[in-house]
Amino acid sequence: MKAFIDIAKSELNKTIEANSAKSQQEIEKVTIRFSGDSGDGMQLTGGRFTTTTAIIGNDLATLPDYPAEIRAPAGTVAGVSGFQIHFSSSEVHTSGDRPDVLVAMNPAALMANLKDVLPGGVIIANTDAYTKSNLTKVGYAENPLDNNSLNEYKVVKVPISTLTREALKETSLSDKEKERSKNMFALGITFWMFDRTLEPTEKWIKGKFAGKDALINANIKTLKAGFHFGETTELLPINFLVKKAPAAKGTYRNITGNEAISLGLVAAAQLAKSPMLLATYPITPASDILHNLAKYKNYRIRTFQAEDEIAACCAAIGASYAGTIGVTSTSGPGVALKSEAINLALITELPLVIIDVQRGGPSTGLPTKTEQSDLLQAAFGRNGESPVGIIAAKSAADCFNKAIEAVRLAVEFRAPVFLMTDGYIANGSEPWLLPNVSDLKDINFDLTTKKNNEDEDYHPYERDPQTLARKMAVPAVAGLEHRIGGLEKQDVTGHISYDPVNHEHMSKLRAEKIQKMQKYIPEIEVERNTSASGKSKNLVLGWGSTYGAITDARITLAEQGIEVDQIHIEYINPFPANFEKLLNEYDNIFVAEMNLGQLAFLIQGTFAVKVNKVTKIQGQPFKISEIVEQIKAQL
Amino acid sequence: MSATLEKETPQYTKKDFVSNQDVRWCPGCGDYSILTAMQKAMPEMGRRKEEFAIVSGIGCSSRFPYYMNTYGFHTIHGRAPAIATGLKVMNPNLSVWVITGDGDGFSIGGNHMIHAVRRNIGLNIMLFNNAIYGLTKGQASPTSKPGTITKSTPYGSLDNAFEPVPLVISAQVTFAARSADVLLKHLQKTLVQADKHQGTTFIEILQNCHIFNDGVFKNVLDKKIRTDKIIELEHGKQMIFGAKSEKALVLDRDTLSLKTVLIESVDEKDILVHDTTTEDPTMHNLLARLNEPVAMGIIRQLNHKSYEQLLHEQENDVIAQKGEGDLEKLLTSGEIWQV
Repeated sequence: MKAFIDIAKSELNKTIEANSAKSQQEIEKVTIRFSGDSGDGMQLTGGRFTTTTAIIGNDLATLPDYPAEIRAPAGTVAGVSGFQIHFSSSEVHTSGDRPDVLVAMNPAALMANLKDVLPGGVIIANTDAYTKSNLTKVGYAENPLDNNSLNEYKVVKVPISTLTREALKETSLSDKEKERSKNMFALGITFWMFDRTLEPTEKWIKGKFAGKDALINANIKTLKAGFHFGETTELLPINFLVKKAPAAKGTYRNITGNEAISLGLVAAAQLAKSPMLLATYPITPASDILHNLAKYKNYRIRTFQAEDEIAACCAAIGASYAGTIGVTSTSGPGVALKSEAINLALITELPLVIIDVQRGGPSTGLPTKTEQSDLLQAAFGRNGESPVGIIAAKSAADCFNKAIEAVRLAVEFRAPVFLMTDGYIANGSEPWLLPNVSDLKDINFDLTTKKNNEDEDYHPYERDPQTLARKMAVPAVAGLEHRIGGLEKQDVTGHISYDPVNHEHMSKLRAEKIQKMQKYIPEIEVERNTSASGKSKNLVLGWGSTYGAITDARITLAEQGIEVDQIHIEYINPFPANFEKLLNEYDNIFVAEMNLGQLAFLIQGTFAVKVNKVTKIQGQPFKISEIVEQIKAQL
Repeated sequence: MSATLEKETPQYTKKDFVSNQDVRWCPGCGDYSILTAMQKAMPEMGRRKEEFAIVSGIGCSSRFPYYMNTYGFHTIHGRAPAIATGLKVMNPNLSVWVITGDGDGFSIGGNHMIHAVRRNIGLNIMLFNNAIYGLTKGQASPTSKPGTITKSTPYGSLDNAFEPVPLVISAQVTFAARSADVLLKHLQKTLVQADKHQGTTFIEILQNCHIFNDGVFKNVLDKKIRTDKIIELEHGKQMIFGAKSEKALVLDRDTLSLKTVLIESVDEKDILVHDTTTEDPTMHNLLARLNEPVAMGIIRQLNHKSYEQLLHEQENDVIAQKGEGDLEKLLTSGEIWQV
């Protein structure tokens, strides 16, 4: 099957007879980027295209990319908001390196995105927005749609605003409301271009504007007008078919990482048969977890929007102290503020889940962009010897499993556990095969209700010999009144202790307890190309959201004759039990991550093996080609 | 949540609330009498011992939970109200006490303090106010008066001082009281009253640090002059004080301030009657800011729903509308498809 890019320009430049039936070409996959001003509704347009594509049965991955400002000055490059979707009739691992199709609703969108569009790709431009003032605003001396600067591309020039107004001229909508519907026209064109059904979007419009018939009619009318425009215009002589991707049987939904975490937390609370408190403070890109869970008040999940990051972490600790599950969600700057409280949970040996949806740092950094540069902060960013559990989700859907895992480890080991995700998978989405609820494993949050010794007092630091988790009694249990706190504790009795030997014992014991998690986490499985002759001497390692890009890079390298084995680390502290042995089996180890080498540092420090770094720190996910090229350069 | 509520409450005495830990405050510290007041007050609260949880921050006062034979959590500097909030939200049946000092509660923890108060969450906050940092050995605190000479302010402190009660009144507190380490009986009674209140209670306790700020409240609390320097307020009672109950407070309408007068020299109807329940905080602020006499007792008490009551109601409303949450249904909500 030919690639979209190889046929798009030639096929789309064919002329057809008016009113003759258009033909269709099948392609395997395509990447589209919707792009426009922050107020143009591009996130919504991308979201609707994604849902329809998911329902049709393509595999897909998305990348929303929007500015930190809610409404940057209209028409400027800083205000451009984009949404990229990569969909295919075969398996998809990333949101796509470079778009085949760019929808550019204004000159700023073209200016910001043109360099990414594959030569030979398609640019759909709303010509109405290419006014002199909009062009001047971004520094175009003349209209790029009218000179020869875009000769490399197939440019589809559509007066989208005019056509939208025309479609809505019979309605009672104001000019402003008509203008705001233009994204539906653009969506309609792309739906025709890739043979998508309108039905899910019509249903969604009816739900969203329920009771506002004028808006329902206007949006559906515009959507259909866009679709019919595609069908009839001579600018698009053919359209494209992307067949269903093979997928396991079951029920699917499209899901972002933040949604998956929210559902995972609800599931975890049920599996642990325990109430849960999500105590948090608004921060990009983690806030959606709060927004989602705040809606689930009938699931015995409580949410608490605290006065600051510190209070959020402390309230979560208070919830754990009450014998319920304390969770706090944040991003890098919030983790910095929570660090003292995390150590309180650590020394008092209370469960605490810290969700770090990483963004570009340091300081305020790049709030809406993605990065993996909090790993060492999670591992070491606190005073004293401070071992905590660290796990990382590898995709949007995997956030569901990892939220359950984080809760399980935190409550069963009475310890702080970090769940690392990042802006890419938090806001990006993919199809998710729904788990069977009855298959999910119960979480054992056992609380002590009886005295555990012959002494007069209950011993809060007596431990389970397997996990080293302490026996935990909580307020309201008669006869087990006791005191805990941030001062060093004598093992077993929990009394304050300044005994030097006890402090060393407790420091080692807290580390050993985290290490004991190794027995309760899965071992690593090496991933290898089906074509591979056997074990490679090369290994590419990664963690978190880079899984898709590394997987595609491994496949691409194999196509070029370079076999590389792949390990994706989902449990970072402790590392899985077989990790060290596996590392020693390779001559060349590449660690790919969106920072300057933090997992590489951890691995070298822990195992004294030499690794090669494959890094990117641009606020954007890896392109497959970037991993491929960096590995080749170091081989 | 607490099955223990069904059980009969034993008749406790002070010693039931004494822990097995040695008390390590400096000999003569005002904290000792506050500890005694608490250990005597708790048996009067009619609750089972296991329902009490005492949460503290960092500072001399914050060692308090170790000396109480109840559930106790000695946390980190300034954060006790936030930790206690999580505890109370998840188990509203507990009687949760926050022990804090002027540094812990109004400097490093000032933000948590005002927000806990604003939410009206059911915490009883005891502020041990000695106007000095004791545990770090004598620096100016946010309640030290300007000009105070300390180790960190050898030429006198330049900062203005917070007035804790007016500050929490501004933060919408529904119960504000003041007492002192030397007023043991009065303090004990105030603590029992606080436990009965729904929502946040704030009790400022004037406390002497005789190592680093000895006599800071001597001009008010010295036994010889005390009756003339403080007024014990009671809801519904006339504002009368003095060794022979010869003085009263009246409102000076020209300056909108309180004025001390001799009872014999005023019309009986001009003597102010204390009303803790007025929503308008003007009079409570005047009382709280009074330097002579210093107002003691419950200054303000409003009957508002607590945060945890509102939360409970909201949850019940949502459950009534949507039914008990079903995980299977939640997972399959939204746009799904079958393969």
